[in-house]
Amino acid sequence: MLEGSIPSRPVYGVLEIRPGRLHLMVADAEGAQAILDLAASAPSDFFAGAHIIYLPKKSGDKFVARLERLAPAQLYVGPSYEAALPRLRRVLAGAHMGLQVYLAGTEGLMGQAMFEATQAGIPHSAIQTEHRGSTVRRVQCVHCKGITEDVTHDPFRCAHCGLHLFVRDHYSRRIAAFQGVRIDAEDPGNIPESVERFR
Amino acid sequence: MTIIFKEETFHDDFTFRNSPEAVKRFPFPFPEDSYMYSVNLEPHKSYRPGSVYERTFDVDEHYVSEMRDRARVLAEDPLRCQSLPHMTLAGWDLLELIMTSKAEEYPELFELRRDGAKWHWINRPLGIEQKFTFLDETTLPYGPMEYITRQTQGDFAVLDQRDDNLWMDAGMVTTQADWSLDFDIGMNFFEWHAPVPKAHEMGIFQRALKFLLNVQQGSPARRLNWTMTVNPLLDTSPENYHKWGVMKKDLTLENMGQMMHLRVELQTFFRLPRSNALVFPIRCYLIKLDELVTVPKWARRFHRVIRDLPAELATYKGFITNRPKIVEWLSRYDDGAATSPGIWPD
Repeated sequence: MLEGSIPSRPVYGVLEIRPGRLHLMVADAEGAQAILDLAASAPSDFFAGAHIIYLPKKSGDKFVARLERLAPAQLYVGPSYEAALPRLRRVLAGAHMGLQVYLAGTEGLMGQAMFEATQAGIPHSAIQTEHRGSTVRRVQCVHCKGITEDVTHDPFRCAHCGLHLFVRDHYSRRIAAFQGVRIDAEDPGNIPESVERFR
Repeated sequence: MTIIFKEETFHDDFTFRNSPEAVKRFPFPFPEDSYMYSVNLEPHKSYRPGSVYERTFDVDEHYVSEMRDRARVLAEDPLRCQSLPHMTLAGWDLLELIMTSKAEEYPELFELRRDGAKWHWINRPLGIEQKFTFLDETTLPYGPMEYITRQTQGDFAVLDQRDDNLWMDAGMVTTQADWSLDFDIGMNFFEWHAPVPKAHEMGIFQRALKFLLNVQQGSPARRLNWTMTVNPLLDTSPENYHKWGVMKKDLTLENMGQMMHLRVELQTFFRLPRSNALVFPIRCYLIKLDELVTVPKWARRFHRVIRDLPAELATYKGFITNRPKIVEWLSRYDDGAATSPGIWPD
């Protein structure tokens, strides 16, 4: 699970059933398990009002059949967050009062979807989160502003400008990313060995 | 009162200097021989004529060159000035506060004529004359916050107040001690202070927030903060850290007096009338160690503060590697004599 605490980082909880007219669920990889766990305590007609947007990533087919068995009103299985984004925005744009949002999976996914939901005017009180699976980080290079997804090692090379960055424990909800800062800024070329910190 | 504005740079050839008069009015931040965090907030009242505390927004000999440096930084990186859509009214509040204060307190330099919503602003040092309609954005060349803060020394964080918290929802930030507006915009008080060591556990931010939420219109507050900067860089942003960080390596005992600077922030807090936002100007004053040691009391005290500062704070403030050298250099100016209480020269 997520170690350490940073005041700028969101606190994630455990999904629970809440009354609502539409239940929008966005999950990636192991996040599917949080939805399946939620189903255990759901009333029988609950998923008839559910729209699941699921991005399996490395988990492949592992959870897809079980999500189908929940018989949600809509189930979308997509290849990436970017691919799912137009759909997510469309659903949020059409949302009425009584929408409940459930986010589960990696921090990067939840952060980005949370931003979209709040931009669409969904109140924080109607959005739940549960962290599941990988602790890989989404990191923004403070120098070039490019975002590197799924960072496992620290330091790592920025996928955009190529600088060697260390991962700072400072998190922006708006960008849904941690901050990456050049590690050898004061002593160019002096780059410590990269260590796997996030799995 | 006549201010002679200096022609100087805060980049490349670094020609910034303080005149002897500017040294005398420098806001030395240490009232005693040691330093630890505190909620050192006090009313921002006019105090000690000639000091940086005399006026609402201090204008000094560096004004024109600092504004030129701000324009240069903004041209390179427009993300240093941002305002979330709901903050425009706070921008007008800020423009009004600065224009009315400056016109009243520096009548030789600034003039504001108002006829209802038709305003006429004259900024003599920068050669600006602008007629505009108050609260009508289309009549200014920039948004109101950007317009006025391109003409006012110091960074500006404009904080929205809601849910018993302060939210950094707008700002002009080009003279910062290593924090990024672009990354922090939209954060609340605890979130944007997240990287500061020790202070969270000490309860500093809870107490400070409680105080700031209660700042009333017409009763601004202030405090000082400090760090150290190699070369007189106003822009020590994380964005450009890969350009200025390397300069720390060039520091030697020989160039210490000219290259190393104490960087002091005069932070003030004003409640704004229409938006109920809180504006948080962060004014940066730089002084070379050669200039600082011309005041014997400051030289003695500064040596002791830097020598005894907890390592965690020296690391956070970015001079842990250079500290032994700085302390060695400063020790030459410390004869061990007692220092008088308070920040002012004897």
